[in-house]
Amino acid sequence: METKILGYRRENGHIGIRNYVLILPVDDLSNAACEAVAKNIAGTLALPHPYGRIQFGADLELHFKQIIGAGRNPNVAAVVVIGIEPNWAKRVADGIAETGKPVSYYGIEGHGDLKTIEMASRKAKEYVQYATSLEKVECELKDLVVSFKCGESDTTSGLAGNPTAGVVGDRLVEMGGTVIFGETPETTGAEHVLAKHFATPELAQKYLAVHKEYMDMIESKGADLLGSQPTQGNIAGGLTTIEEKAMGNIQKAGKTPIIGLLDMAEEPTKPGRYFMNTSAAAAECITLMMAAGATLHIFITGQGNIVGNPIEPVIKMSANPKTCKEMSEHIDVDISGVLSRELTLDQAADKVMDCIVKTARGRLTDAETLNHKEFVLNRLYPSA
Amino acid sequence: MSSHKFLVHEDGDHVGVAVADIKAGEQVMGIAIHSGKEYHVKANQDIPLGHKIALTEVKAGASLIKYGENVGTVTQDIKVGDWVHTHNLKTARWDYGN
Repeated sequence: METKILGYRRENGHIGIRNYVLILPVDDLSNAACEAVAKNIAGTLALPHPYGRIQFGADLELHFKQIIGAGRNPNVAAVVVIGIEPNWAKRVADGIAETGKPVSYYGIEGHGDLKTIEMASRKAKEYVQYATSLEKVECELKDLVVSFKCGESDTTSGLAGNPTAGVVGDRLVEMGGTVIFGETPETTGAEHVLAKHFATPELAQKYLAVHKEYMDMIESKGADLLGSQPTQGNIAGGLTTIEEKAMGNIQKAGKTPIIGLLDMAEEPTKPGRYFMNTSAAAAECITLMMAAGATLHIFITGQGNIVGNPIEPVIKMSANPKTCKEMSEHIDVDISGVLSRELTLDQAADKVMDCIVKTARGRLTDAETLNHKEFVLNRLYPSA
Repeated sequence: MSSHKFLVHEDGDHVGVAVADIKAGEQVMGIAIHSGKEYHVKANQDIPLGHKIALTEVKAGASLIKYGENVGTVTQDIKVGDWVHTHNLKTARWDYGN
């Protein structure tokens, strides 16, 4: 089996497996200009989103972390930032410029959309020709930052999908790679089991504390998650309780210890296995992991979640034979053979590793070919 | 090729997970993932792929064990071969005041 990948070595040494020129709006008002630039210049990718105005405090900081993180991601070659006000656009550009990659910013005020679009289009054209002159180099699997999440889970996720993901994550960590998983509220009922996976008692306590914060937040709304966890899809797939779902979810923790607990969109600083404090909503969670620098995502589904991401390719795997058959265009790796005992977990992991290598050598995933580009910014509370 | 219709996470679990649709009255065999131990049960109801089949009796009010862990509270007595889902099992969490 091929084990070398082909990537782009960025200015800071990080390896990307895609080579996007982003046209990045700081705020909702700048979407139109960004989309116009992307129409003008071939080979660019606009990332429209609904936020960025009158946010404050930790919610504003998270907004910047996600927008800047998208630009910093190693799958991105260069970035044109557009904001209504130049000072916030500069703040985003400065955060991206730390990586050494080309980045420019434009404020619409004082120019209007049309002049901004022209200036930004000229810069975008220059960046596309820069990006397309970069050569891919041979790299190692350990150079990837691989994130994991499961969605529209069912009991097959806990039986086969997530345990296979655990094995894949362990192999990558043992090679010296970096892996991230998370979904804090969806570990409810299995906290005592997951806590044992952390490398130190301090980390385990930190995890239990962020889990309690999430639970307190839910209770503070006078609510519980009985109607939303498990989801209707989960229940149709045979999952009855959050505890059962959580036990299935944490099978992807594998055996290698968790060496760090990341805040939302926080970049890991050294190789190893990480837990990121995230919600369990698929597109939001992947957006946070992408913003932390994850370059390839493994998504485990039971009933057939179809999520993708514009910057981080999403590989989907399922162990549910019905889903693999009925939704075959969405499932990159069919590991339903684990249920029929025709595949061992190790053999299933081999299939996933093979798909990781192919994807990291340039093959588009099912979500990429189907144009799934869910870029969903996370909010902590409403704007002022 | 085995002819198992369900898998069991851990020996001692109260339920197995159907890996193919099971019909009411069907005599089915299941295998424990780790130990390879075989279980033989007659299904009392239809049990769709992915749904749980009881391997042992569990009384209302008791904890249900899967993965060797407590995954909820039984709300109606469960008999061997019963379909186990939202009608006879509920979470022990997120159920404030109920």
